[in-house]
Amino acid sequence: MSDGEGAPGNDGSQFDRLPATADEREVEGRATREEVLDWWAERFGLAPETFANHTFWEKGKGKIWVFADDLPSPQELEGVGMTVLRTRQEHWKPTTTAVRKWGHLATENVIELSPGQATAFAAGHDQELPEWEGDWGYLIATHELAGDQVPIGVGLYLYDELRSVVPKGYQEELPDLGE
Amino acid sequence: MNDDGGVLDRYASLVDDEAALRAACERPLPSVVRVNTLAADADRVARAFDEEGTDYERVDWHDGLFRMANRSPGTTWPYAHGWVHGQEEVSCLPAMALGHEPGMRVWDTCAAPGSKTTQLAALMDDSGVLVGNDTSLGRLSALRHNAERLGVTNLLVDQQDARNYSLNGFDFEEFDATLVDAPCSCEGTIRKNPDAFDTWTLDHVHEVAGIQKGILRRAVQATRPGGTVVYSTCTFAPEENEAVLDHVLREEDCRVVEWDCPLESVDGVTEWHGEEFDPSVAKATRIYPHHNDTGGFFLAKLRVGGEDEGVSA
Ligand SMILES: C[S@@+](CC[C@H](N)C(=O)[O-])C[C@H]1O[C@@H](n2cnc3c(N)ncnc32)[C@H](O)[C@@H]1O
Repeated sequence: MSDGEGAPGNDGSQFDRLPATADEREVEGRATREEVLDWWAERFGLAPETFANHTFWEKGKGKIWVFADDLPSPQELEGVGMTVLRTRQEHWKPTTTAVRKWGHLATENVIELSPGQATAFAAGHDQELPEWEGDWGYLIATHELAGDQVPIGVGLYLYDELRSVVPKGYQEELPDLGE
Repeated sequence: MNDDGGVLDRYASLVDDEAALRAACERPLPSVVRVNTLAADADRVARAFDEEGTDYERVDWHDGLFRMANRSPGTTWPYAHGWVHGQEEVSCLPAMALGHEPGMRVWDTCAAPGSKTTQLAALMDDSGVLVGNDTSLGRLSALRHNAERLGVTNLLVDQQDARNYSLNGFDFEEFDATLVDAPCSCEGTIRKNPDAFDTWTLDHVHEVAGIQKGILRRAVQATRPGGTVVYSTCTFAPEENEAVLDHVLREEDCRVVEWDCPLESVDGVTEWHGEEFDPSVAKATRIYPHHNDTGGFFLAKLRVGGEDEGVSA
């Protein structure tokens, strides 16, 4: 057991469904469904109904997965839906894939990038963006493609700088649509 | 040039145009992507390719398939957004043949790396329960990566030997539909893997046929009466195709049913090397590379249970 170490009752080898609310919490430090929905609503303005039919699961220490249906808990499987959020740290961090799936529904903390900025961001480069007036912390970075703003991934905004936290496996040299 | 080591000689008598088959097997396979309808529709993908200057050709028999002219799809914006996934044309048939309804429970017995699994997820509109199973942990991690990349949330990833698959842990006892995209000798992938024939032996064909029979039998058992099982391989060998069906038709309660193949194809063979198969295996579909300029493929659609079982009035 590696992941779950130090988290009593949290077994890193299995998936446990998140408790609905804090009253039902049995495992210390585990996020609740309510907290997860509140977090998406507060940080990105995502309506809780977005996840009405989904269940949330923790595997290891703090990694939250989202599954489209319900099933008995715990589960000893290799995967339950997809990863959505990293909890058990001061600033929760959305996954790149969650932001790509639901980011178009976000109304807050979305930063629209120019074509050149989008290409740099997708390649994993950090960039100076002092013009951003919004919150610091995790943002959803988007660019315009085929007539809409499309989320590229998660950025971390600190001290006038937008850091690309696109994981290595998703970084890519992509065409600059401004050229 | 591929040296087929005589493998294609076996099938000369099965095809209408042997020279065309041999010529097609020499040509590299076109690079094709499938639109991930969970993220974008085909016209939006086309518009995005146009904006970035990526050349493609739309496939005439399927709205959501694009043949890429040159650039590797991995370096395009639609790929980066999870709007498309590399998947060759014939590989799109099994999920289409399986059929889908909202909220259904589907088992993909040999799922990794997940081209067909993620296509099934999209056809299911990312709802219901889709179990992607495979024995190989390494390939399962590729499956998980692909499913994440394409935004699939209705997938459970499981590592079991499909021949003795257990549904313990779920709150249901059978699946509505099951896909067996079986491990095989891969003869039909010769255009993609030019060394596919190098390792070919008849012993391996027989060995893998034993595994295929075991997996297909368990698939029929784990599917509800009236439910569907699709069996597919990317190989020409009747030992791994019609003979497997013939075996399972005798051992389990199921039958082969017709399905509408959107590509040019021929019927399953009912005899091979002196062995006769159940005549219904003719309802299966064989696709040779020269038919549609694709890889080779075999597909059969099975209905579980007797004539009327499980079919709601
Ligand atoms: C043709 S590939 C599947 C391709 C996959 N369906 C796709 O579309 O991406 C066959 C798979 O069967 C798996 N396999 C082999 N024996 C198995 C068994 N007994 N049970 C489950 N999976 C098995 C292999 O690891 C391999 O990934």
